Parts: sequence; structure tokens; C-alpha cells
Amino acid sequence: MKARVFVTLKPGVLDPQGKAIHHALEGLGFGGVTEVRAGKLIELELADGTSDDEIADMCRKLLANTVIENFKIEKLENA
Amino acid sequence: MMSAVLVFPGSNCDRDLAVAIEQVTGRAPAMVWHRESELPEGTDFIAIPGGFSYGDYLRSGAMAARSPIMRAVSDAAGRGVPVLGICNGFQVLTEAGLLPGALMRNAGLNFVCRPVGLKVENSQSIFTSAYRAGEEISIPVAHHDGNYQADAETLDRLESEGRVAFRYTGEVNGSARSIAGIINAQGNVLGMMPHPERALETAHGNTDGRRLFEGLLEAVS
Repeated sequence: MKARVFVTLKPGVLDPQGKAIHHALEGLGFGGVTEVRAGKLIELELADGTSDDEIADMCRKLLANTVIENFKIEKLENA
Repeated sequence: MMSAVLVFPGSNCDRDLAVAIEQVTGRAPAMVWHRESELPEGTDFIAIPGGFSYGDYLRSGAMAARSPIMRAVSDAAGRGVPVLGICNGFQVLTEAGLLPGALMRNAGLNFVCRPVGLKVENSQSIFTSAYRAGEEISIPVAHHDGNYQADAETLDRLESEGRVAFRYTGEVNGSARSIAGIINAQGNVLGMMPHPERALETAHGNTDGRRLFEGLLEAVS
């Protein structure tokens, strides 16, 4: 079983990397971008039957810093 | 004073910190590898050095904060043992939940490496008692992730409880309210981005960092 964890900065938390990417996109001539927020994708290969709670616990204890980050879990059952 | 300096893979200020502690206290600290689960018996000061523990993987300080020795540090901190985290050590302390907030990428995205002006906001703590309140000192910084952030409520609490130890006197890294160092509620854990161990002797060009260790020694002994 596979799961994907998306870790993103909470709304309102300044994202200097996102800003720099935004500027670089504008520098390349892409004018239609209004905002860029950078985050992380973490792929987990899990034993079958790993519960949602367990994955959320992994996120809270290590994968995300919940002071500044949110996380979203996407399970890929048959992957 | 029986000091311990933690060493993680990627720590690079551990030896400078050990030299600083030995110079001021007259006793070499125990160097404690991150895999240890206990601190040496009688440790009465714990220092977490700067560097790039675990190559800053995941988030600065994130992996180090979950290493076995940090459980012992957390227990010791709970018992009132003074803990000082410098630079990466500050990041480790926030990741371990021993200090509030988080240290994010510098607002300008640049690695900042230069002496910076600091205002001593609180001279009553065990770490800052050798400074005068409001005094301006100069201590070097060297970091990429020193942008201190916390929610407004936490920042207000830190300020009202006198837990902001040091504030930058100019723009350095985008930190909320120019915070350079904070103390925990109990008053025995200090995290700071500037490196006092790099301003210890005249050969360093400045000795403003020395009094932090001197004040601590006096407070502990």
C-alpha cells in the first residue's frame, strides 16, 4: 500500500521560496501567475492495513511541523 | 559546572562550543553523541551546537529533535537543567517542542553570515544576567533558516512574559518582531540564532558572547 503525504505551509505563513519561484517564472515571461506556494510531497510505502490514524500520527510527529505546516494524506490502495 | 555538548551527524560548531565552555568554566564538557539515551550523571548544563544536523533533511533540526538523546534532554530541561541551543541548536529545540515557534528560510533567501547587532531584552534570565537590560551587543550569525515565526498570540505571550532574550537591532532574516533568541516559560531553556561562542576572545574581534557563559556559570554554581 502506498500513501502520499502533501506538506504545505499554512495560509498566511510567508513563503520566501514560493516568492522566489514566482519571480523566476515572471522572469521567464510567464505573466499569468498570481501566487506560488512551495511544499513537499512525501511518498510512503506501507504495510497493508496501516490505519489512517497511524499515518496522521506520522505526519504530526515528524513529517510536518504543525506550527507552520498543514498536511494532507492521499492513500493509493492498489499502487 | 558539568557541561554536555550534544553532537549530531552534521554538527559543526560543537568543538567551538566546547572550547568556549572550557575557557569560561575551566572544565571541558562531555561530548555526547546523539545515539546516547542518557546524559552523563550530574550534567548541570546542556549545550546544543550549531551546524547542519542530518544535512537539514526534511526541516532544519527535525531529525535531530527526534534522536534518542533528546528524550534525556527534554527530561533534564523539565527538571530545570539549563539548556542552550545555538543556531541549529535553536532549530532543534523548536522542533523538539522545548521552545515555541519555528525557524524558517531567511526572508531574503540568502545565507546570512556576519556580525549582527543585538539588543539584550531580558537581563534577568540565567543566561543573560551578565548583560545590562537594553544593552546593545554584537554577535555573529551564520544561518540560512533563522527566520523566527510563531502565531501572534505566542509572540505576545513571549513579549509579555519577558521571554524574548535578544532582538536584532537591524534587518537580518525576516524574523517576527526581530526576535533573535527566546527563553522557555520555566526560564531554563534558551534558543538563539547568533553564535556567542564565536565572540569569546579578543582574537575573535569581539568578546560580547563571553558574558553569556560567564553569567550562566555564576547562575549555576
